[in-house]
Amino acid sequence: MTTPRTSRRNVLKQGSALAALVACGLLTARQAQAFADASAFELKTMDEALKALGGTPADSKDITITSPDIAENGAVVPVAVTSNLPKTQEIYIVVEKNPNPLTAGFTIPEGTDPFVSTRVKMGQSTNVYAVVKADGKLYSTHKETKVTLGGCGG
Amino acid sequence: MGDPMRIRAQVKDGTTDVRVLMGHPMETGQRKDAAGKTVPAHYINDVKVMVGDRTVLTAKWGPAVSQNPFLQFRFKGAKAGDKVSVTWADNKGDKRSDEAVIV
Repeated sequence: MTTPRTSRRNVLKQGSALAALVACGLLTARQAQAFADASAFELKTMDEALKALGGTPADSKDITITSPDIAENGAVVPVAVTSNLPKTQEIYIVVEKNPNPLTAGFTIPEGTDPFVSTRVKMGQSTNVYAVVKADGKLYSTHKETKVTLGGCGG
Repeated sequence: MGDPMRIRAQVKDGTTDVRVLMGHPMETGQRKDAAGKTVPAHYINDVKVMVGDRTVLTAKWGPAVSQNPFLQFRFKGAKAGDKVSVTWADNKGDKRSDEAVIV
């Protein structure tokens, strides 16, 4: 049984295009890994999204999520993530019960603070996860936000 | 497309704080309009921020980032007078770039 978007042919096609770019020196191998995440935004479960990011993150107390305990408007929920993990490379926001849990991903180059703040839509009360890739490994923390009016348009 | 982004970049003690407000409908593709037709997905999926030749942030988004996206981030190593440029691309191929001077 295959899922259309992640069929072997598509994965191989994407992979070989990236491999060609890496071979040409236009993309470092690390950047190629990050760019592979674009289709992960269409995945429908949190498990699939985490797998696409690279596996199950280890729980970490060095990541802080700032989000409201109760969001009155699920269409505009402010979420800020700060990582105190050394060598933070990427920060992801994953909204567990959204139709597509992977919501946003940020690459943090050298010299940029491991901090992002944005606003996201939440369809219902759920856990908001911040997943951080630091030194090649995945870590996460989460916080529950209750939503009184869902934000996905339903 | 759309209105210019509102970008504010301020440097203090070596750290530049940037806040951006982008104008974009960020349609998820799940909403139905008044006539009952599903409004197609239309959302920013790629963001890049540069200061000169230096990339200070890149982002990949899904449709669940809120309408008229807000983004805040910070970096070191820039000074007042440097220019921050923010570029977004959306799933329909539209792009937009705006810049602001760090104060």
